[in-house]
Amino acid sequence: MTTQRPELAALSVGDVVATRTIELDRATLVRYAGASGDFNPIHWDEGFAVEVGLPGVIAHGMCTMGSVVGVVTDWVGDPGAVVRYGTRFTKPVPVPARGAAVVDVVATIGALDPEAGTARVDLTVSHEDVKVLGRAQAVVRLA
Amino acid sequence: MANTLPDTGFAGREYPVTEPYSVGREKIREFAASVGAMHPAHHDTVVARGLGYPDVVAPPTFAVVIAQRAESQYVADPAAGIDFSRVVHADEQFTHHRPIVAGDELVTVLHVDSVTQRASISMVTTRCEVFAAAPDGGAPGEHVATVTSSLVVRGEDS
Repeated sequence: MTTQRPELAALSVGDVVATRTIELDRATLVRYAGASGDFNPIHWDEGFAVEVGLPGVIAHGMCTMGSVVGVVTDWVGDPGAVVRYGTRFTKPVPVPARGAAVVDVVATIGALDPEAGTARVDLTVSHEDVKVLGRAQAVVRLA
Repeated sequence: MANTLPDTGFAGREYPVTEPYSVGREKIREFAASVGAMHPAHHDTVVARGLGYPDVVAPPTFAVVIAQRAESQYVADPAAGIDFSRVVHADEQFTHHRPIVAGDELVTVLHVDSVTQRASISMVTTRCEVFAAAPDGGAPGEHVATVTSSLVVRGEDS
């Protein structure tokens, strides 16, 4: 296990530092509901979700947000280096009863702050080529 | 059925400091597994200590577990007028003043930053300031995290 973080000076805005494909299935949502304490039935009850006008069960926005940031913590090598992380939830991720919703993540350097020793990593998160998170940004301390 | 909308009078409200939340090692492991966070610092105390932490480190969104408990003081209050079947999560922001680790005892002060209405759509923004609990139950200690959350509430006719 290396504790070597990426070198701030070696990074440039626009660098793609990591990509990942994540699969969210119904078991993921049940597990996230239990771990987080968010038991809103739109994330596990198809009938309820349809009644309130959704296409079906959708992933917790927080489950998607929490799942995609692993690409940043694994790249930086230290989960405690993430000092800020935020997003807007722009589109729901429908999760089918069988199989999984596939979410594609691309992590790009969005800004560098050598004085603060931080880099901003911008995450492009899409499901079936539609962006599901807006302005998903994590600021990591590298020095 | 009455068209309930969030009461704008709640804007600016600050709630009393919560009871402490005890951050458990197994809870961090369980939460990390639920979001597929397999970095060993979430799971292995030896790796976490090697990185300079006293115990396993929480994933970047773990504080939502603590924040949601605090937010329920407001969003589950019938007087607040928030119909949860009409709520969509719009925005979430975490600032970590220092990482959350197993063994932390954390208290939260909930603020309702804004409640706005335009046509039949309402937007509610809350802010949870998370602090280390004082060992003697006194005033909160070190500032650990800030969690800001925005919800959109659709009115009956939207």
